[in-house]
Amino acid sequence: MEGKILTDKSLKIAIASGKGGTGKTLISTSMFYAIQEKYENSVLLDCDAEEPNSLLFFDASLKESLKVVQKVPVIDTDKCVYCGKCHDYCEYNAIFIIPPSRIIKVIEELCHGCGACSVACEYDAIIEKDTEVGRVNLFVTDNGMNLVEARMKSGVMSPVPVIKAAHKSTSDKDIVIMDSPPGTSCPFIQTVVEADYVILVTEPTPFGLSDLKQSVNTLKTMHKQYGVVINRAGLGDTKVYDYLKSENIELLAEIPFDKEIAILYSTGKIVAAHDDNLKALFMKIFESIYNSYGNSGNQR
Amino acid sequence: MEIAVISGKGGTGKSSISAAFASEHDKIVLADCDVDAANLYIIFEPEITEKSSFIGAQKAEIDYSKCTNCGTCIDYCRFDAIKFDNGKVVINEIFCDGCKLCSRICPENAISMIDNAESLLLSGNFRHGKMVYGRLAPGEENSGRLVNLVRDKAKKIAEQNNIETIIIDGPPGIGCPVISTITGVDHVVVVTEPSLSGMHDLKRTLELTNSFNLKTWVIINKFDLNSEFSDKIVEYCNHEGIDVLAKLPYDKQIVDAMVNCKSITEYLPDAEISKIIKIALNKIINF
Repeated sequence: MEGKILTDKSLKIAIASGKGGTGKTLISTSMFYAIQEKYENSVLLDCDAEEPNSLLFFDASLKESLKVVQKVPVIDTDKCVYCGKCHDYCEYNAIFIIPPSRIIKVIEELCHGCGACSVACEYDAIIEKDTEVGRVNLFVTDNGMNLVEARMKSGVMSPVPVIKAAHKSTSDKDIVIMDSPPGTSCPFIQTVVEADYVILVTEPTPFGLSDLKQSVNTLKTMHKQYGVVINRAGLGDTKVYDYLKSENIELLAEIPFDKEIAILYSTGKIVAAHDDNLKALFMKIFESIYNSYGNSGNQR
Repeated sequence: MEIAVISGKGGTGKSSISAAFASEHDKIVLADCDVDAANLYIIFEPEITEKSSFIGAQKAEIDYSKCTNCGTCIDYCRFDAIKFDNGKVVINEIFCDGCKLCSRICPENAISMIDNAESLLLSGNFRHGKMVYGRLAPGEENSGRLVNLVRDKAKKIAEQNNIETIIIDGPPGIGCPVISTITGVDHVVVVTEPSLSGMHDLKRTLELTNSFNLKTWVIINKFDLNSEFSDKIVEYCNHEGIDVLAKLPYDKQIVDAMVNCKSITEYLPDAEISKIIKIALNKIINF
């Protein structure tokens, strides 16, 4: 491997939080902005496919839009004998059947596309069609910043297939900064599973603490490395700090409660682009994670 | 009557507003359907009288004394959850969707489905009536199903106790737990904030509530943080024929109320923000 000593490591960081609105997008857009000049092959990946909004902060143009599809069954009622085996095989209750009345219907919203019904059918009465569940949109800015968003189609139940496709689309990048969906259920898990390190963002309030605990418990079961950023420091109480101490969790940084930051952010500005101290802070957090958890390049 | 409080974007103040709505009544059922991050129990400290657990989706497990590493299951799995790892077939639990197909097609009958972690459904009494909430086990999927269980339980309790109104605190986003939260409710209140992100997420949320044909109201929280965006949101709602129910000022005391385990209307009943919330709730109830 020649030349670049720093960027020959790869690293995927997920910015996550149990509670919504703690500042995930603020931190991921700012961290990406701070590091992208120095770390060339980097990308900001918005995995909050239900409500992706990282892109709003950049003046970027769409380079490519990848359709994400899922298979759903189509039943050929000429061949169907209404035996009900497909219904029995479906773990998601997506096939509705009343054999005496010769009624069979696929409830597409409930289908996970597992293909069990096709395997079940002994009469060749099920074929599968592709249905769009969302898009992976690849953007680039004038000065070459790479941005990718996972965007679930409205009315679709699960963002997971779109998140998985988005991960795949960034597999050629060395540095991936991921903006995670809130919560601790499947969308969160499918995002952080790909991460080398997770930054949990919280706020020093009772709600923030309760949700932080749930996130920490989930990351523990996944054996992930993580640290915490406290946003809006100065509000609320000190119980989050007590918790971090008692659990021996690293406090990566505190971002003070500041109405100016909130106003900047509300207008769609990248906070690090307007606040040099914060820009330096995000660079510092990134580099300390990079040095400890980055993967040697040629292993990728 | 079921009133669901949701928001596309997280952290807009959904739970604080639900808490305030709930504390305006002496007899209410409060259902916390944000099962990933249930928070209202912190404010209301309910006395739990009933607790039941439910098993979420199952996960596939290989019995290696039977497995011949034929790899048939790998071909059938649509979720990329099964792979060869050093010549051995291995299931990645995180990617397993619980569809059971591998266990059905395995020629050696070597795969069985095991129960995943247990999520909890809790209910009990609190100072304004009855409360129901779910606690999703860490890493659990299927939060939509838990939401349905919370709502069913809330309805049952309302019936048994002759309670008219159910306030539902919903999850963020527009996916399955949100769809489960709003399906068939009488009123949806969407809480937003005046920012570019807030507005973007609001539009996606309204798209969803429209497709469900639900009576939808919008509350703009912290409206004075950016009056330009507040005006844009009002304009957008007017254009779409959606009622803006209230504009709440930015008030740090909402956090103080939370720290003191009170809703804002309990903590500062005479504050401007409390008055606006009360008027808003009456508007819904008298609609």
